[in-house]
Amino acid sequence: MQRKKSVGMAEYAVNNDPEEVLCILGLGSCIGLCLYDELRGIGGMVHILLPEQVSGQSNPFKFADTAVPALLRELEKLGVRRKNLLAKISGGAKMFAGSDTLFDIGQRNAEAVKRALKELEIPLRGEDVGGNRGRSIFFYVENGKLEIKTLGQDVKVI
Amino acid sequence: MTFSFEGLNELQLDALREVGNIGAGNAATALSKMVGKRVEMSVPLVRLIPLKEVPEWLGGAEKEVLGVYLSMFGAIEGHILFVMTIDDAIKIMRILLGDLTPAREQILEMDELAASAMGEIGNILSSSYLAALADFTNLDLNHSVPAIAVDMAGAIVDVVLIEISKRGDYALLIETEFVEEEDKIKGYFMLIPDPGSLEIILQTIGVV
Repeated sequence: MQRKKSVGMAEYAVNNDPEEVLCILGLGSCIGLCLYDELRGIGGMVHILLPEQVSGQSNPFKFADTAVPALLRELEKLGVRRKNLLAKISGGAKMFAGSDTLFDIGQRNAEAVKRALKELEIPLRGEDVGGNRGRSIFFYVENGKLEIKTLGQDVKVI
Repeated sequence: MTFSFEGLNELQLDALREVGNIGAGNAATALSKMVGKRVEMSVPLVRLIPLKEVPEWLGGAEKEVLGVYLSMFGAIEGHILFVMTIDDAIKIMRILLGDLTPAREQILEMDELAASAMGEIGNILSSSYLAALADFTNLDLNHSVPAIAVDMAGAIVDVVLIEISKRGDYALLIETEFVEEEDKIKGYFMLIPDPGSLEIILQTIGVV
């Protein structure tokens, strides 16, 4: 029986335990980023809120530009090498319809995460971003499978 | 300098609770008038909660909820979000619409009837609370047309928590209970002032 470990806002988790599934429940405009080393079965997930770091704030896992390198560092501590890593991302929805610029934060988050991955030369192996529905995502570190649940729809796997 | 919610003292929290109190009172009065029955309300609870725990207070990150969102502009700028569970939204609709209340499935799919009923609830709640804020501060306030969404609680609130997280790590949640006969309906109200606007609210109330 697999255990679920929930990754809260601005938090991260890394592991190499096939019995533990990393998840984010009720993801809206935030981004769930997963990095994994397929050969070694090690991976991590971070729950990102904003595209760029706000000055005076110290938690690197909150912002796309600092969270991607910070998660990479945590994985490197477990002996993972950057060149073996792959990425998958989900979230970044626009939950409310309207012209308010606040509602575009999901799209900006997704773009910022992709930019940060590109800078670190980590290939993006799968993505399910945007749209106007919330998601619950479940990441299996041993094989990099990412399951995505949406209200009233079938489970999607990337 | 700008306040974050965690910097508020007891007196200031009490003042914001009072805004919630009057707002909920206005909403209860509006509902009572519409249905010709007495709708009571409880004294609201004000909670200062770490951002990542907010979905738990709303019944869990995957709980199906209605979100009503609007922007305020004028003397105070910022955003307001109301959240209630779908089950509680249905209770309000039963009070208002009786047998015309849409089914749960219609609401989750947001068909035309459900969207218009939800929009009506959104209008009542948002105008009640905004009138309270305007009365309390004696400021002129305008607001956008409410935007409505039905989804998982975590997903509905995260856009607002993102905005709050630029300045702090805590959110202010005002919880009110409406009672109509045996039905209890819980509503949650979140105030997200833009930088500078929380100070204006507190200054006009006289609790800076």
